[in-house]
Amino acid sequence: MAKVIVVTSGKGGVGKTTSAAAISTGLAMRGKKTVVIDFDVGLRNLDLIMGCERRVVYDLVNVIQGEAGLNQALIRDKRVENLFILPASQTRDKEALTQEGVKEVLEKLREEFDFIICDSPAGIERGAQLAMYFADEAVVVTNPEVSSVRDSDRILGLLASKTQRAEQASDPVREHLLITRYNPDRVTSGDMLTLEDIREILAIELLGLIPESEAVLRASNQGVPVIHESASDAGMAYLDTVSRLLGEDVPLRFHQASKKAC
Amino acid sequence: MKLLEFLKRERKKSASVAKERLQIIVAHQRSQRGQPDYMPMLEKELVEVIRRYVQIDDDAVQISLDSEDNCSVLELNVTLPKS
Repeated sequence: MAKVIVVTSGKGGVGKTTSAAAISTGLAMRGKKTVVIDFDVGLRNLDLIMGCERRVVYDLVNVIQGEAGLNQALIRDKRVENLFILPASQTRDKEALTQEGVKEVLEKLREEFDFIICDSPAGIERGAQLAMYFADEAVVVTNPEVSSVRDSDRILGLLASKTQRAEQASDPVREHLLITRYNPDRVTSGDMLTLEDIREILAIELLGLIPESEAVLRASNQGVPVIHESASDAGMAYLDTVSRLLGEDVPLRFHQASKKAC
Repeated sequence: MKLLEFLKRERKKSASVAKERLQIIVAHQRSQRGQPDYMPMLEKELVEVIRRYVQIDDDAVQISLDSEDNCSVLELNVTLPKS
């Protein structure tokens, strides 16, 4: 049974695309046939983070408008088997996405894939609502910072009301909290919200905690999802996150301040 | 050194200020969840109507919709300035 998971946040720049790239890569590394879709029409970036920007020929809008077949638009990842990328259009505007079109694409993908990861654009407009509409689960990416936490709460409100599951009154979308750019030293000094604070305010289950890490920029510079940097803190934290997404019980790491700091 | 520690302890940590502010704003956001889409517009127009008679601030009006067994109650609280 295929699972549709939206990676969303409301606020921009918190690490949605980084997380969508890492999680989809991690799922494929674990043998799950996975596709990651960029819903940010007009401002595509997932292709850059995945390192396949020069291989984009067709995109999601082409498929929805019948200008290309799904298999023509899907880009096969060069590093991991079982991983495919469906890029967003760079030239069209957001109106090119229709709910009916997205539904058709997802239905076809459901037949072939184990996981469909939807990388949402920032904001709460059409693109973001379409990215979440058909989701079974949601990964809400949140930074330990006031505007990000507030926007995440807004997104939780939308997940509970503006999704197919909400409208059909079936089981609600399963919500996961993914805290990114966490700096334990600043938490210890009292200048950053703790992960318990964020979890208490948002009242959803914690899926993962990604520390602020130099590896993330290094990875995006090279177009390699950071989960491939398996010796880095962020890479390991994403590996843990993927394990938890697959239902494994993995203890939390990287949430305590380094010993020397006091 | 002692003095520095003293000063540090006196100042409220910024993270706890952030937490308090978030708790208030999130509680407010959640109270509005599930309300019909017309509520913000209704509130705005009600304020406009009241303003034809009494000058009130934007935050002088509180509106909420509560569902009970078989009916909904629209509650409107208006704080009027002292005349």
